Amino acid sequence: MTAYEKVMAARDAKKLTAVDYIARMFSDSFIELHGDRRFADDKAIVAGLAMLYDMPLTIIGIEKGRNTKERVERNFGQAQPEGYRKALRLMKQAEKFHRPVLCLVDTSGAYPGIGAEERGQGQAIAENLMEMMTLKTPVLTILIGEGGSGGALALAVSDEVWMMENSVYSVISPEGCASILWKDSSKAPQAAEALKMTAQDLFDLGVVERIIRQPKAEDAAMFESLKMLICRTLEKNLALPTDRLTEQRYARFRKIGTAHLTQ
Amino acid sequence: MDLFSFVKPKNELETTTDAKQNVPFVPDEMWTKCPKCNTMLLTTDLEENFNVCTHCDHHFRISTKQRIDILADSDSFVERDSELSGGNILDFPGYDQKLEKARESGKESVVCGECLIGGIKTVLCVMNAGFMMGSMGTVTGEKITRAFEYATENSLPVVACTVSGGARMQEGILSLMQMAKTSGAVKRHSDAGLLYITVLTDPTTGGVTASFAMEGDIILAEPNTLVAFAGPRVIEQTMRQKLPKDFQTSEFVLQKGFIDAVVSRDKLKATITRLLKIHGYKENKEAAQ
Repeated sequence: MTAYEKVMAARDAKKLTAVDYIARMFSDSFIELHGDRRFADDKAIVAGLAMLYDMPLTIIGIEKGRNTKERVERNFGQAQPEGYRKALRLMKQAEKFHRPVLCLVDTSGAYPGIGAEERGQGQAIAENLMEMMTLKTPVLTILIGEGGSGGALALAVSDEVWMMENSVYSVISPEGCASILWKDSSKAPQAAEALKMTAQDLFDLGVVERIIRQPKAEDAAMFESLKMLICRTLEKNLALPTDRLTEQRYARFRKIGTAHLTQ
Repeated sequence: MDLFSFVKPKNELETTTDAKQNVPFVPDEMWTKCPKCNTMLLTTDLEENFNVCTHCDHHFRISTKQRIDILADSDSFVERDSELSGGNILDFPGYDQKLEKARESGKESVVCGECLIGGIKTVLCVMNAGFMMGSMGTVTGEKITRAFEYATENSLPVVACTVSGGARMQEGILSLMQMAKTSGAVKRHSDAGLLYITVLTDPTTGGVTASFAMEGDIILAEPNTLVAFAGPRVIEQTMRQKLPKDFQTSEFVLQKGFIDAVVSRDKLKATITRLLKIHGYKENKEAAQ
């Protein structure tokens, strides 16, 4: 597959969304929690509590919706400031009870609208980046579709970041990049190539730790093995003293993209 | 009589340049036109007025050097990591040429260093609009991160002046990661109980707004500065929404509650100095001598 075909696969309307993953891995125990306690409940963010075997877990996902009605309701997976603030509220709650956090990311980006700007989209994302870096509980992020810029990063300042094999993660959409740089959005395939946004690219750049084979909707065994992998990783991080955990998290981001720097 | 005899006969010694000498010589740079009110301003007057229009108060975009001269005590600024450079890490088409052109305006999109502000030792980061519109790449992020780490180690306050079009797309995902990295460095500085003041200057947008620009303990902005995550063009194009008047200006974000104060350029240094003093930072007697 070319880079742009991967982009298309990541955007495929038939692919599994965050609620699908939650249903398949935590259906029996998931309790959804709502609201940022400040302004509203952003439906683009689906969040709650569940049991991962015998480990309590906070789950925060960006949900695009599975049909037209749902997509409109979920704002096509474009979160607003209240969505990021809801996510942060629940991360802080997880920290209080020292329970790990699992983030499932699937968004073309944070919502670029008037209301979102008025309510401080930039500030909301910035605060998440800061607070996640020192959150005293393990955080794991899996990109299950699109990872669109700051809107994705706001749930991805984690101990480890994994990507589904057909997911993408980029600073800008290939269309946006092509139209800004080459004034021609039809050159998106070239931009997708140049941006290095596929799971393999990001693994090679040291931005993600793991590439996960795309589970099929009916493949219960694959979801089970994904669950086990998540559990093992979170258990390992839960065993670390929290100052070591946050130190490692900082070091993780501290070294990305520094290899080529010269003084 | 010749019809044109009133025209002075051509003299071999009289060249056209000599003729021009009779006209008062006005060099182009003597006057500067204000882009906002179109008034012609004497450049020397403009410079004396901190590059703020004497007529309509428009704040001209200024260079990093001018910014440092305004904020830092004279000759106190010592740059750090000035030689740090990266190059075209993703082999992005056209980036090498862009970098080369950008280097005419400075080495990178940020200058970081240590200085005295009102006699108080402070780490100062100033972004450079001339360098690829102040976009944040790996070098930018690393320099800012190092500046915060240095400030944390030495218990110094940080002042950052932002001007940026956002993350630098030619460095792909690595530029996005700078948002997390700089935010982490800001958080550790903050957790050490140290003061961080941001000064938003026109324009501050995208990935810089969504990271260290909005993370100051105190956020100041110059008048009529564009402060946005998604810039006005992005919103109009993708959402096809008509924008309200003065949307995303510093006065607008002040009203919405996202910055502490709008401060005009001539009052910036005095305001920052006072804030540093209120937070208990003392004048550096050693350096003053």
